[in-house]
Order: sequence, then C-alpha cells, then structure tokens
Amino acid sequence: MIDQPQIGQPISRLEGRAKVTGTAKYAGEYNVDGLLYGYVVNSTITKGKITQIDTSAAKEIEGVIEVFTHENRPSLAWFDMQYSDMDAPPGSPFRPLQNAEIKYNGQPIALVVAETFELARYAASILKVSYEEESFATDLYQNQDKGRDPKVGMATFLKPLPPKPKGDFEKEYAASVAQVSAEYVHGTEHHNPMELFATTTIYEGDGKVTIYDKTQGTVNCQLYVGNIFGLHFKNVRVISPYVGGAFGSGLRPQYQLFMSVMAALELKRAVRVTLDRHQMYTFGHRPPTVQQLNFGADENGVVNAIKHTAIAETSQHEDYTEVVVNWSNILYPAKNTKLEYQLVPLDVYSPLDMRAPGGSTASHAIESTMDALAFKLSIDPVQFRLINYADMDVAENRPFSSKELKQCYIQGAERFGWSKRNPELRSMRRGNKLIGYGMATGFWESMTIPARAEAVLTKEGKLRVSSAVTDIGTGTLTVMTQIAADELGLPLEDVQFNYGDSKMPFAPIQGGSFTVSTVGSAIKSAGKALRKKILKKAREMDNSPFKNADDNDISFERGGISLNSNPAVMVFFKEIIAASGNKEIKTTNMSVPNVFKLKKYTRAAHSAAFVEVEIDEELGTIQVTRAVTAVAAGNIINPKTARSQILGGMVWGISKALYEETISDHRFGKYMNQNLAEYHIPVHADIHELDVIFVEEKDEIVNELGSKGVGEIGLVAMAPAIANAIFHATGKRINHLPIHFDELI
Amino acid sequence: METITNHPKSARNVLQPRVLSLRVNGAPKILEVSPWVSLLDGLREYLDLTGTKKGCDHGQCGACTVICDGKRILSCLTLAVMKNGSEITTIEGISNGAELHPLQKAFIEHDAFQCGYCTPGQICSAIGMIEENKAHTRTEVKDSMSGNLCRCGANTNIIDAIMEVKEAKNHE
Amino acid sequence: MNNFAYEQAENIGKAVEFSSNNSASKYIAGGTNLIDLLKYNIATAEMLVDINHIPEHKAIEEKSDGSLRLGAFVTNADTAYHPQIEARYPLLSKAILAGASAQIRNMATNGGNLLQRTRCYFFYDPATPCNKREPGTGCSAIGGYNRIMAILGTSENCIAVFPSDMCVALAALEAVVNISGTEGDRSLEFADFHRLPGDTPHLDNNLKEGEIITSIDLPEKGFDKNYSYLKLRDRSSYAFALVSVATGLELENNLIKEVRIALGGLAHKPWRVKEAEDFLKDKEPSMENFASAAEMILRGAIGFEHNSFKIELAKRAIVRNCMMALNPESQQPGAQPSL
Repeated sequence: MIDQPQIGQPISRLEGRAKVTGTAKYAGEYNVDGLLYGYVVNSTITKGKITQIDTSAAKEIEGVIEVFTHENRPSLAWFDMQYSDMDAPPGSPFRPLQNAEIKYNGQPIALVVAETFELARYAASILKVSYEEESFATDLYQNQDKGRDPKVGMATFLKPLPPKPKGDFEKEYAASVAQVSAEYVHGTEHHNPMELFATTTIYEGDGKVTIYDKTQGTVNCQLYVGNIFGLHFKNVRVISPYVGGAFGSGLRPQYQLFMSVMAALELKRAVRVTLDRHQMYTFGHRPPTVQQLNFGADENGVVNAIKHTAIAETSQHEDYTEVVVNWSNILYPAKNTKLEYQLVPLDVYSPLDMRAPGGSTASHAIESTMDALAFKLSIDPVQFRLINYADMDVAENRPFSSKELKQCYIQGAERFGWSKRNPELRSMRRGNKLIGYGMATGFWESMTIPARAEAVLTKEGKLRVSSAVTDIGTGTLTVMTQIAADELGLPLEDVQFNYGDSKMPFAPIQGGSFTVSTVGSAIKSAGKALRKKILKKAREMDNSPFKNADDNDISFERGGISLNSNPAVMVFFKEIIAASGNKEIKTTNMSVPNVFKLKKYTRAAHSAAFVEVEIDEELGTIQVTRAVTAVAAGNIINPKTARSQILGGMVWGISKALYEETISDHRFGKYMNQNLAEYHIPVHADIHELDVIFVEEKDEIVNELGSKGVGEIGLVAMAPAIANAIFHATGKRINHLPIHFDELI
Repeated sequence: METITNHPKSARNVLQPRVLSLRVNGAPKILEVSPWVSLLDGLREYLDLTGTKKGCDHGQCGACTVICDGKRILSCLTLAVMKNGSEITTIEGISNGAELHPLQKAFIEHDAFQCGYCTPGQICSAIGMIEENKAHTRTEVKDSMSGNLCRCGANTNIIDAIMEVKEAKNHE
Repeated sequence: MNNFAYEQAENIGKAVEFSSNNSASKYIAGGTNLIDLLKYNIATAEMLVDINHIPEHKAIEEKSDGSLRLGAFVTNADTAYHPQIEARYPLLSKAILAGASAQIRNMATNGGNLLQRTRCYFFYDPATPCNKREPGTGCSAIGGYNRIMAILGTSENCIAVFPSDMCVALAALEAVVNISGTEGDRSLEFADFHRLPGDTPHLDNNLKEGEIITSIDLPEKGFDKNYSYLKLRDRSSYAFALVSVATGLELENNLIKEVRIALGGLAHKPWRVKEAEDFLKDKEPSMENFASAAEMILRGAIGFEHNSFKIELAKRAIVRNCMMALNPESQQPGAQPSL
C-alpha cells in the first residue's frame, strides 16, 4: 500500500483496466433494444438558401423511420439565449435546422433516422437538395482589412481583451539598437479526437431523457437540452463517463446532441447519432490567425518596445476570441507597448477553444521574435530571456502568485545539454544531417471557477465523492480520488469518485487546465465539511474520547479518527456510523474562489522547452530527435498522469510545428482534407525522445491545492522551440505553421 | 445457438441478410447481416463488442484493429460477410480471464493511454506485430506501429510498454 | 454506401461470369480501397464479387525461366516478407513496406495494389468538380491546393497522382501483369498497364471491363545487390508519397552495367525515363552522373502553384536514392532518407 498522502504519488489510472480490456463504454456504445440510428446530411454549399429538400426517395425505403429537416423539425426555443452554453462567445449561437439559411459549408441540414446504421447512412446519401447560392468569403489572409474589435460579453471575463497602449512604442522602437519585425501565420486546425462525436439518447417517457454524450460538460449539455426542448432540467440526465479525447471540441454542445435528442423526443424511441470523420470538420476549430510583431531592444538586450497585433478569424454569428497579444507584456516587461487584437467575421462555423487556445498561437510569434532578436544581438536565447525576465506582471501591475520559470530555464537547459549548443547557424552536424537546438518559453493562465462536490462517508466507513465533471483522458478520476483520499486519510481502494453525470453536483465544463483547481477545490471543501460532521458525530458517541477535541487535536487516518496526543486512542469510521443510527454522513459543498484575493495576482503555469532537430541538408526532412520540457505548474497531484499530459502537449506541439493543418479551398469555401489520411497528426515514427521535468513550485494563492493544471502548458512552448531549432540548424526562419520540409531545400 | 440480428423485419427484402458463422474470442457466433455491414459494425452494433473502436471508418487511424485468423487487420475496411468462417480476436478476448495480457498490464503501468479510445487498436496491433516478429529495434517497432494513431500524444509511453513486453518475450 | 448483392466466386471463370452478368458489379479482394470509396459514395456497385475464395493465384512461385510469379491474391505483407522476395527482389519488399500500414498490408492484395485510386482531395469530394470522378466537370486541383499533385505527364484535364509504392518498384523491375477476362487471358508490360490522364482521366489503367488481374511476373533480374527505395512525405509513416524513388543498380568493375530508376508521387503512373537510364550505362556511379540523369528524368516537369518544389526535390531524391543503392544496408524503416 502506498503511504499517505496520496497527493504526489504516481498512481496508475484507476480506469486503466476498463480501457485496456475494452469494457470502457463511450457515448456511441450504449446498445439498447429498439435503438434507432441517425445520420446527418450536410450542406455542400457555403452560403445561401436551401430551396428544396426532396426526402421522398429516402422515406420510401423500408426501415427508414423519418427524415428531419428545417421544414418538419419540432418547434423549438425562440431566443438566442436559450441556445447559449457555458462556453458561448458573444453573438447568436448556431441553431441546427433553424431555417433554410446556409451559413457555412458542411452545415447540418437534415437528419435521417432508420432502423440500422447502414440504412440511415444510405438514405442520407440520396436526399436531393437544391440551393440558391450566394457569394461568400472564407479567406482570412485576403480579408485582414475587414478586421474589427471583438464584441464584449460573458466570455470576456475569462478571456480579457488587450490592455491599453503604454509609453511611446513608436519612439522607443525607432530608437532601439536591435529591431525585429515579422509576420506569423498559422492556418485552421481541427481537434480530431480519436472518438467520433456521438450521442445516444434514451427516451424514458413523460418528457424525460437519458443522454450518453461525448462532451466536456455534462451539466452544460443538460442545460442546453433543457432550454432548447423546453424540458425540465430534472428530466434531462447527461452521462459521459468515458470521453475519447476532446481537446476543447466538447466544450460546447455539438449538433449531434441536438439531433439525437430531437429525434428521440419526436419518435419517442432511443436514437443514436454518430458523426463520421468528415463531419468532425463541420463544427469548431482553432481559428487561423495572422500576427505582426515588432520588438525592439537596447544594447544590453533589454526589450523596451513591444508591438503585437493579431487578426483572427471568427464566424458571422459569434465573436470567438482568444487571449493572444496580452502575453507579450506579461512575459517581457517592456515599458512601451501596443497590443491589438482584431477579428474578421467570415462564412465559417464559429472557432472553438482547441488545446492551449491563444497561448500556443501567441507563443509561436512571441518566442520566435525573441529568438530572432537574441540572434541579432548575439546573445544566447536563454540568457536573453533571463535578461528580460519579468519578476512581476507589469501589464497588470501586480505580482505573480508564484513563478519558477527561471528554474525551468536552468533545469531544462541542464538536462538538455544546452551548453553544447554552438551559437553559429548551420554549425552543428551529425553525418549529412544538420542539427539545431532551439528553445522557447511557455505560459498558461491558471484559472479557478466555482464548482460543487458531494462527500459521503458510507455505512462501510468508506468515502464516496461525486461531481458532474468528465474525465476526457486527463486523469480526472485518478487525481480526484487521490485528493479525496487525503481528506479522510484513506487508502485509494476505500475511496470512490463518481463523475461524468449531470445528476451529480455541479461542475463547469472541463477545459482550460482548470479542472484540478476547480473540482479539486470543491472536493477539498466538501472533505473539510465532512470531517467536521464526522468529528461532531464522534463527539456525540457514548464515552467519546473526543468530547473536548477540536480539529487540531485529532487526525483522520487508518479509516478513523485518532487523538494526536495519544494516537492509540482511535475510533473507526464504522463505529461512528454505527453509533449515529447506521446512516451515511453526507455533505455537499460549493467552492467559490476568492476573486478579490486572486485578482491581486497574475496566476500562470510556466515552461521552457528545449528541442533538438535533425534536418537532412539535401532533402529537408525534419525529425525532432529529442526534447525536454521543464514545467512549473505548482503542486503536481499525480506525477505519472501529469507527465503524460505534458508529453501529450509536446506531441501536439510537434504536430503543430510540422504536421497538422486543415487545408481550405477558398474558391469553394470549404476544407479539403477532412480525414485522418490527409490531416496529418504525428505517427509513432515521428515521435522520438521526450523528457519532462516538474520544477518545484509552491503556490499558496492559486487555490488550496497549490496546483495550476497541466493540460495545455506542455504544448505552448513546443512549436516556437522547433521553429527556432530549425533556424539554428538551417539559417532559415519560417514563420508560418506547419513548416513543410520542402521549404528547407 | 442464438442468431444475432437487428434487422427490422420490414426491410428484409431490401437488405438481403446473410447468415454467417464466426468464432469471436473463441466462441462460435451466428450472425445475420446484410452484405453492406462492415466487420467493425458487425462487432460493435450486432455482437455488442464495442471494445473495437471506430475512429475514422476509412482505414486512416487503426482504432478498429482486430486479429483475424492470426493477423492484425482493420475491421472497418472489410465486410462481415467476407469473414464468414474466420477466427476473430478483439480486445475483449485478449486477457486470459481475469489475468490481463502482459501488454494490457504494461499499458497500464506505462500510462500508455489517456482517453483510451485508440488503446484497443494499439494493443491488438502490438500483439499482431509481436507475432509477425519482423520489427525488432525501437525504430522498427515505431514504424510498424505507425498505423495506429494516438491523438492524446501517448506515443512514447505506448512504445515503451510494447518494447518492455517484446524484450521480456525475447528473454523467455 | 448502397447495399449490394454479394457473391463468392470459386474460380476465375465464375468471377468473370458474375461480372459479365452485371455491369454494375465490382470485384473485391482486400477491399482496403474499394470499401473506403464505397463508403464515400465515390464508387458504387450493385454486386460485389468476392474473389478471395479462388484457390488459384494465392502463391508466389518460381517459373522455369527463373522469373517469379506473384499471385494476384497474395497479400502485400506476405509478398514483402516472402523469402524469395526478400532475397531476390528486396527493392520490391522495401517499397511495399513503405506503403500504408501493417494492418492494411495484411489485407491488401497484389492485384488490388495496382488498382488503387488517386488520393486527390477533389476526387474524394463529390461536391467539387473532378474529371476523374465525373468526366467533363473539370479539374479542381488545377488552381486549387495542389501540393500533393503531379508534375509529370499531366494534362489540362487532370493532375492527379497514382499513390502506390509497390508499383514504383514493379515499374523499376519491369514486371508483367497477367490478366483474365471474357475474351481470354493476356499480359501487359508494367509500363503499359497504367495510363496518363490525357483526355480520359477517368481511366487509371488499361484493364478492360470485367477483366481481372491474376498474377504479376517478376523477370529474373532483381537488383538484389544494389537497390534502394526512398519515400519523402509529410510524416514519417502512414502517408502517401510526395516523391518516391525506386533504384536498382547492377555494377561491374565499379561501372553501371544496368540501372532502373522509377519515381512515385509525381505522375498518374510510376515514372521512368529510359534515356536517363541509358545515359548512366557504363558510367561511374557518382553523384554527378546521377544528378545529370535526374535532370533528364525531370525534363518537361511542370509545377503548379503549390507543388513546384517537387521538381527540385525529385532531382535530389533521385541522387540520394542512387547513392543509397550503393549501400543498401543503409535502408531505413519507412523508406526514410539515410546516408
């Protein structure tokens, strides 16, 4: 048995057995009797109107139950607000099957429901749809002049707009000894979790539904469904115990949820709707962004002038934003800054948070610019960052809650062997391969938002904790179980964490690396309340040894309470339960972060990535042969699952730098590589030595756990570190992603 | 033996169902399906063996990998009718009762998955690869396993787990 | 995907008969490309004739003239790992193993490999014009994103690329394709099997309606001493070639006695230029000579907006691969560049 505390132990995933034996059931795998299959039909035009949908041939097929279109869908909620969700940006949320209007290519326009999957798929392929097409625009680069300020809304709370200009950027930049001016571009990317989006809705009768959905927020989907279909929230239960990856794509309810619930309610039967891989490109994506940076430094390498402009894509119906330009000045304390962020509405679906949204976009530009500036000044890139190290956040004029970034640089460089780097370009070789070393800084804001949790001491003297939160593969089940175990000093096997069910206490959507912080805090606060209750019950026992004891006099350990002054004096939980009427002891608690305290600090996780690339000089082929990421993210609850999160982020960084891109054809206004054969994510053969360091960091501000979250931070620094390593190896600075190998010949 | 079918009676003529007999995870199965049912959908929707995953349905991700007559194949790119008489092993049939297969244990120990959706395919593919005995070095194993994508980025842990089992087997 | 009748043919004659009785029928062997296309509604069939149960053409056999016959129904994996192939035709083995994934190679057959369709984005998207999918509608790849498209042998109607790796080696080895059909048996030289798009881009090859590939013959000369297959692509494995090169060299007294250089990823069929191979004859196997040959091979290449890089890349790949052929031990898994 592993000793207490459980926090800090490298526990293997508790759901591991279910996942390696195939018993873990995902949303599209609940095969109930009488299940119907829905298949979605998507628009083949980009903008215009449907003039006719002929469903007669499809309906004639035996086994086809119904075809839903905008013409025969049930009457639904009226107001935009009712279609909103916890992650909705300002604007009008997309409403599936609302009317004949086509807003983007691939928009869902019909749902065919049939008795088998194959029948539904076939019938979906024979609908005859006529359109009236209108002209459209989908190309961000060609439409940058249409950039405008984003609308402000609820989302702005978590995604602040850029701060106002400071000092005199133009003057200082002009006076700088070294200047770098560069444009950075990255295209559209799609989340592409391995699991296809799917919803199985079980119709329970009387306006009641049980929904198995692929989502990052059970409650988010419950509220959405309740609002749109006019159902009592109590009659909508959303269950998602296993989620086959999401990376942001499940932060908002997606249209298969709407389709499945609509059909189940209308047909009063169980209906499953699974999207195909092609359809996975018809909702949400990382928006293409064009950034212009101008950094100026003095002869000592001090960056005095920073201008960072970003122009990003959004849809015509919502203003999706990311925090991009703000980071320049949080990281590097220049006194003269100009930070601007604009949106260009185009005829596409609304962009959607995708792993490290904004941060990975910003870091590519900022950290490449810093590398270029260091090169101009002939200063080592690590040294250059130390010269410009921000001991406080000058943009907001407040301290950091903790910031061990300096240690990330030092320990990362040491482990990597950065000192062996020859600063000269094209100077390092292995056979006919050019070798490049590159590094970059990463950052990710640490957020905490309110959540509830329930903690129950069961009749068996065990702990049961519940939250509606999902586990999208991040290790939530394991980590929450560890946190809960320490609350009562129990071994893991005596703790059960129930999750992934909207019936359980409220949890927000799972994203932004805030789950441990948010749900973990809720569990801690429920645990604290439960301890209080247990002690109260223990005091009430006959001849209780704790009659005069308070919290400080006792310990929760070995399945009971002991007296600190004499640990041999002990009462087991089972005895307490037995003495108090053999009833469970239960608490439900809301944890609300202390916003007034928190806003006095800038709270962020930091990282430094060090990368070696090997480039075939003649052919240009690139391998990231090794990489080290040093992370300062506060207290690490589970070093095993946290390491995997960082490794995953690093692989995403390699992918972003070298492989993945959604290819658009703006003549048609559509994406062209909507599959996993041509949307390249790395294969095993692309991934080499990856190493992770967790730098010790104490943070007493960020939350009670002192933990900052590790979902995004592993990704942020990787792409610029790779681009910088490629520059070091070849002398070529390529400022658009992904970098194709043929650009190096 | 019970014949497993989910065909609506009304659509029988359209669907031309066929009766197939397969051995799945060691047990004989009689399956009634139309020709257009893929082996993958046959397993998932008809036999309720949902451990085999659908990630792309087009042979681009490897999540649907099963072992068919001793070889790793993609169940999405073949039809159930084409496998009449075959012996199929899916992730549900890998362990020896409650005793996990060494690869299953190694995957847990090395944290070789996060969301778990590519995992059944990775494990079935690795079993097939070890059986083929053509990939020996880490570089060769990575190439031979490249038909199985992992979006969580568990790549290094997956290969670590496989190498450990492979090396243990070599020392047997 | 529509439903279809399904028949198993127990011999070639029966298969051809099924096919001739139903013009909307298709043969299915490995199915790795056909089922993909059926699901996308790019291919349709009223009947699938399963030819996997035909007992013939399932072996790799040596013939009396020293050539080797590859049964059409042998899988790509069984071919690549066959002792005779590994020993006598390692170039073919390496090329096969550079294609697709291990699972797909366990399913795909030799005959089917020759018949795979292009990976052109527009061919795969029924909502866009494509002359290959729907003759007369136009070519969207010209003027569209064409990074993966052809630079050699293109026409104004089509710039699609034939995606096979195996066939690049078969072209270099001058294989012969044996075919059965309603009008009896015939053979085609490998170079004559696939077509250029011209004004009939919907035709990938010269197989006639209802014909079936039964075997592929490899002439005795296998270039087992000096060979190399190099594949350059957007990731290290499980991706189609942007440029691939198969080289077989026969050396005598450090001079080139015979050489074969075939290219993949550049045209509607594997690309060979006899003139360049003749030029190298009796010359030293040097980078300079290979570079001159590469110039000849790429003569006439036309780059489009996003794929002009292929011209220079192909030249360099040829030189590298010929150098790698001098040292075949340098071959890397996935046909990645070495030396």
